Amino acid sequence: MCVTVMSKSTPIWVARDYANCSGCRRCEVACSLKHEGRIWPEASRVRVFMLVPSLEIPHLCSQCDDAPCVASCPFKALSISETTGAILVDKSKCTSCGACIQACPGRVPVMHPKDGYALICDLCEGDPECAKACEEGRYHALWTVKKPASPSYKLYAKTPDKVTKELAYRFYGDIAKELL
Amino acid sequence: MANGYAGKFLDVDLTSETTRELVFEEQVLKKYIGGRALAARVLWDRLGERWDSVDPFGPENILLVLTGPLTGYYPGMRICVSGKSPCTNGIVGSTVAGEFPLQLKCAGYDGLIFSGKAKQPVYLSITDDKVEFRKAKHLWGRDGKQTVRMLNDEVIEGLEKTYKRKRMWRDPGILYIGPAGERKTRVAAVISKWTHGAGYGGYGGVMGSKNLKAIVAVGTGPVPDPANMEETLRYAKAITADCLGNDLMRRWGTGALGYEAGAGTSSEPIRNWQEEWHDARSFGVDEFERRVWLKRYWGDYGCPTTCLKIGAVLRGPLKGAITDNPDYEIQAYMGTNLGIFEPEANVYVASIGDDLGFCGIQGGNILGFAGELYQRRVLTKKDLGFELRWGDAKAFGRLAHMIAERKGIGDVLAEGSYRAALKISKMKKKDALPYAIHEKGMAIGAHGTRSGLDFPPRIAYAASTQGGDHTSVAGLPPRVQPGELHWGFADSAVVCAFNVYDANPDPMWGMLRATTGWNITADDWYNELGPRMLAIQRTALLVGGPDLKWDPDVDDENPPRFYEPLPSGPAKGKTTDRERFREEKKKYYNSLGWDERGIPTPETLKRLGIDDLDNALRNIRR
Repeated sequence: MCVTVMSKSTPIWVARDYANCSGCRRCEVACSLKHEGRIWPEASRVRVFMLVPSLEIPHLCSQCDDAPCVASCPFKALSISETTGAILVDKSKCTSCGACIQACPGRVPVMHPKDGYALICDLCEGDPECAKACEEGRYHALWTVKKPASPSYKLYAKTPDKVTKELAYRFYGDIAKELL
Repeated sequence: MANGYAGKFLDVDLTSETTRELVFEEQVLKKYIGGRALAARVLWDRLGERWDSVDPFGPENILLVLTGPLTGYYPGMRICVSGKSPCTNGIVGSTVAGEFPLQLKCAGYDGLIFSGKAKQPVYLSITDDKVEFRKAKHLWGRDGKQTVRMLNDEVIEGLEKTYKRKRMWRDPGILYIGPAGERKTRVAAVISKWTHGAGYGGYGGVMGSKNLKAIVAVGTGPVPDPANMEETLRYAKAITADCLGNDLMRRWGTGALGYEAGAGTSSEPIRNWQEEWHDARSFGVDEFERRVWLKRYWGDYGCPTTCLKIGAVLRGPLKGAITDNPDYEIQAYMGTNLGIFEPEANVYVASIGDDLGFCGIQGGNILGFAGELYQRRVLTKKDLGFELRWGDAKAFGRLAHMIAERKGIGDVLAEGSYRAALKISKMKKKDALPYAIHEKGMAIGAHGTRSGLDFPPRIAYAASTQGGDHTSVAGLPPRVQPGELHWGFADSAVVCAFNVYDANPDPMWGMLRATTGWNITADDWYNELGPRMLAIQRTALLVGGPDLKWDPDVDDENPPRFYEPLPSGPAKGKTTDRERFREEKKKYYNSLGWDERGIPTPETLKRLGIDDLDNALRNIRR
């Protein structure tokens, strides 16, 4: 088992390779257990989309360097963690207006199904459970890496329908058009 | 409310398009757990008195779609489909993988019980506590891949419109049928995710008979709380570690058996079971891996094994075919059983089977049956419209379409190999019955018993409550793993039998206690709960009807082919020993508290607290 544990003061990133995702969603199980103490798919900060069976897309915050979600919040409920670089949500300030969801180029944030505040990956304070679960399964779809500054992380802030389309052509060639 | 359960089921009357929430008393759940065992109880309660007159394809039949208390916690995810089976006329618990069970539980339901028949094609949509009947005319006739695409699109669009500010909505959990189910063939499955099917039992046709194209669930709640979360997760961790350590299963899935069961155990059906041995290296799992697999691992919610792969043909004359692996059963039934020994051709036929909504095993069984009738000139080009030579993937694909559409001879073959053999014998005045490889109207799984080298014993199918189901085999002692008591628990709890098969069983029983809070042990299951389930299933099987009734003296028997000596391979000459078969069958029945003909005795029924079944068995007892 290969698990990368970063020091809590290093900015980190959850690297992702959608083509390797098995669709097992053990990342969701790990995330909701860590944050909610239960298995709760729609309260997970990482959600696997399967718009086309066989093309599973783990969807989670990509920590854009310009953080449009933070800028969009009318209530200043969102901030960037100085230690990990994660987007932090202040529950008490969030009104579940949904501005962050619309501002996110990947539409990643999710409203907590019961308590109605925005859920965004907090990188588990530097040791993301989703990546550990994925590495334990040796899938290499999600894993933790260091995060040097770069505008490129934003490239991963895409909606799953777009990613699915790209992946479909890579997997299936021109057969893909019959699947989309 | 019982722990581990959402706490309510949904009674769905398709005739009046109304639903009613249903709560089972904790005592009932404690006696029947969920899934297969609970389905048996509900079916007998509602239909038992008139069982033999209930047409499995009539509106009076009931279709059950049930989770269990371990669904969501035990690694891997399945749901159990049941009803009066159009194959056996008994009760079959048939499970299918996917995320539908998760969505259903997270929406707050443990299961669905359908009765009646919708006037027009419909699909049932569940979004948390909102339940709707939606028109499905535009979906009727669509193949599996089209159905999934169209349902995903329209359900997501609806959610986005109504709840745009909450999240980007993802795909719902979907169970559906293909054309083979719509046209009430007896070989159709209830399908999920293109390629997964609850195949045994033939419940795809039951859904079709009810005009129910699909069931869609979106749940935003948590998986229902267990009695003891910490303990439940501790057991889940142990099972996960066990599964992660099984690298053969993870890397190759059951596909490794394609060569192993052929060359090693001589138990793989070849050309409708005329042989059970082959040494075709072209059909080794390594060739599948290199030639057709797109993914190294593919699986369902919470599964550490992810034994599926996605096999696809991207070029050449069979281009466009996509299926999940295929797993061993489908390698055999849509491959060697049709004389196919090339991965691409196997993926091609399997993909057609998926799209049309066949049970891969029963579909491949009927195609192989037709292949042998063609070989023996019982069926000819005149009957079929084309030549049907072993190994011709395109011809078998054409025939699959005819069966799903009930066109020409396809209408007869849609009845499954046994019922088709009865009809064809009359039509052609030639005995077609020796070529029907079935047990009580249901295809036999791709694990032969003649060589004695594979896992099912010689009484595996003849004495099973689920006919030819290779995941519900009879064997001695009944507590043996795998056996129908053991796997019957997986079907009731409801969890994936593949994550149970090789795993240490102890954490499973521990998890049952931790999840439900009930002090139920493995002994309780093997001595009381499991036998109770089997006694109900056996009773329904013996009462049978309306089209066929099984006589235990005649029908608790292997198909004739299983008494022919194996013609090739290291087990050449071996066959079923009739004397030992009879002895072991009696012993098996006795060990379950049944008489030597396999009829549960009044004392056994009383001990199990199900004496209400005694009336139904009186006429069958001598």
